[in-house]
Amino acid sequence: MIAAVLVEHRDGVVAQPSLEALTLARSVGVPVAVWLGASPSAEAVALLGQYGATDVRVVDAELRVVAHAADALRAASDDAELVLVVSTFVNKEIVTRMALATGAGVVVDAAGAERIDGHIETTQTVFAATWNVRTRINTERAIVAIRPNTTTAKVADERTAPTVTTLAVALPTAREAIVDIARVAPPEGIPLAEAPVVVSGGRGTGGDYTLVRDLADLLGGAVGASRDATDEGWISHEHMVGQTGTTVTPALYVACGISGAVHHRGGMQASGTIVAVNMDPDAPIFDIADFGVVGSLFDVLPQAIERIKAHRAAS
Amino acid sequence: MRVLVAVKFVPDLQSQRSFTDGLVTRVAEDGSMNELDENAVEAALQLVEAQGDGEVYALTVGGPDAVAAVRKALQLGATYAIHVNDGAIAGSDVFGTAAVLAAAIRKVNAEAPLDLVITGMAALDGLTSMLPTALAVELGWSQLTFASKLEVAAGEATIVRHLPDAYETVAAPLPAVVSVTDEANKPRYPNFKLIMAARTKPVTVWTLADIGVDPASVGAAASRTTVIDASPRPPRADRTIVTDTGEAGTALADFLIGRGLA
Ligand SMILES: Cc1cc2nc3c(=O)[nH]c(=O)nc-3n(C[C@H](O)[C@H](O)[C@H](O)COP(=O)(O)OP(=O)(O)OC[C@H]3O[C@@H](n4cnc5c(N)ncnc54)[C@H](O)[C@@H]3O)c2cc1C
Ligand SMILES: Nc1ncnc2c1ncn2[C@@H]1O[C@H](COP(=O)(O)O)[C@@H](O)[C@H]1O
Repeated sequence: MIAAVLVEHRDGVVAQPSLEALTLARSVGVPVAVWLGASPSAEAVALLGQYGATDVRVVDAELRVVAHAADALRAASDDAELVLVVSTFVNKEIVTRMALATGAGVVVDAAGAERIDGHIETTQTVFAATWNVRTRINTERAIVAIRPNTTTAKVADERTAPTVTTLAVALPTAREAIVDIARVAPPEGIPLAEAPVVVSGGRGTGGDYTLVRDLADLLGGAVGASRDATDEGWISHEHMVGQTGTTVTPALYVACGISGAVHHRGGMQASGTIVAVNMDPDAPIFDIADFGVVGSLFDVLPQAIERIKAHRAAS
Repeated sequence: MRVLVAVKFVPDLQSQRSFTDGLVTRVAEDGSMNELDENAVEAALQLVEAQGDGEVYALTVGGPDAVAAVRKALQLGATYAIHVNDGAIAGSDVFGTAAVLAAAIRKVNAEAPLDLVITGMAALDGLTSMLPTALAVELGWSQLTFASKLEVAAGEATIVRHLPDAYETVAAPLPAVVSVTDEANKPRYPNFKLIMAARTKPVTVWTLADIGVDPASVGAAASRTTVIDASPRPPRADRTIVTDTGEAGTALADFLIGRGLA
């Protein structure tokens, strides 16, 4: 059974969630990588091979129009029973179009997928990550959009040198035209959605992210923020965690000066370990924290940073 | 300008939400119009107000309680309300729901052509964000999704969408399906006059037969996916909350070190 994986890449560099998706694809079938955009470098192809891709299928075109990307992915995954994509906003749109064209069943925001009695079954959380749900895809063809950080990427036991095939896909005339693209500078360090550790600051930072950033750097993580903080202009919108921002599921989430409104919790509640620092003992964030400190982040964070540094120096 | 807004009835975000037999339990007392659909209604009202004339239709697909969603839209200022309610719809997946919405929209469009359908960027119950795309495909209209800005002029709609790697400006001819984010506008509060008026405004109710949809093509049996198990996530075990009296930073660090996280 072929399990095709749509590879996420930025400036030709393969994103970590795609390696997770390839790892997952290997547990279900024979993984094939689909690459949309300018042809991959030899390094990128080798990396995909390390994670088990037997084939790399390339559609060499700028595919920002959703209808085009959907047709390209469809052509490149024609023989696949399962198509795995990383759960991003654009990919959800691409797979919706593809599903309408192919009759495939779709689950988005999945945390896992396996094949049981000939059907793909997925797990995911819903209702602001307060419920676990298991879904069966009834159709022969299945499409699953998988959340970053839900599978541990592992290289394959048998490395392959993948065959690279470039497909020519006749793209339909789309009604939509992209008339301007203003590039956003790539994030410094690990992208928020993929980070194994996220340290977030909210209104309680008063706009000073120095301590939040220091702790994030120390832990090898990304900096997140609440909606109020991005609205204030203290930090850019890309950092917003929550239902209308980025949903994150890191191994560790540290919320500093964030009250834990339902909109925020919905975007981080499925994280592994949750730590909160907040002056208000009644802040709802404490309801979902494994470890909470009632106190000021300006007192607590410097001391925590010192202690971690001292521990590392000693060991 | 004739604009239709698709609004969804969802369980209240603050309430205890649950599943019954694999389907989301929906009851009127703790449900309401999807919060993000307020931005869709606002976008529609602003377009019509800017033009000086036109209508805003609010359309919902759902069980008896879903009428609360279109009532809310009337309170905000929508001109007409339509509720597609038919037992056969229960358990539909996104494709079934899109087919039903599209059929109802075609019926409105047949009376007099619509310029736009506006939706929220996501329903905060499942957050799938798939419906707007599915609806555009079903209708064969332009797809302009995730708009944080929307302008309509000369038979064309132009949006700005904020993706992780770029701000895209996308243009397409009308009619179009546009989904808006909560950055697109600031929804108004209903005023007393509109709330009173909404109580007595009629809501048009259609069944599948009224919009020419085969009941066998929608509902749980036609759904491409089935929820086979649902359970509340257990609360976190071994939670520790400490009050800082001068050593909590160290305690926090030790907790992280103990879990192998620092
Ligand atoms: C449709 C919609 C969508 C939304 N989507 C999102 C979303 O995706 N993400 C999101 O985050 N929000 C979202 N929101 C906003 C959300 O409802 C909250 O308003 C927001 O999350 C609050 O941000 P906050 O916790 O930083 O601020 P507040 O709620 O003001 O909390 C600040 C906290 O900091 C604490 N504090 C103050 N000083 C200190 C200090 N020195 N040390 C420690 N603690 C301190 C206070 O006790 C307080 O608990 C959305 C809202 C709507 C209506
Ligand atoms: N049953 C429904 N009735 C009317 N509108 C809906 C329905 N389901 C979804 N929508 C619209 O589609 C948007 C996105 O929903 P979703 O794709 O389910 O996240 C919502 O914000 C609504 O505008």
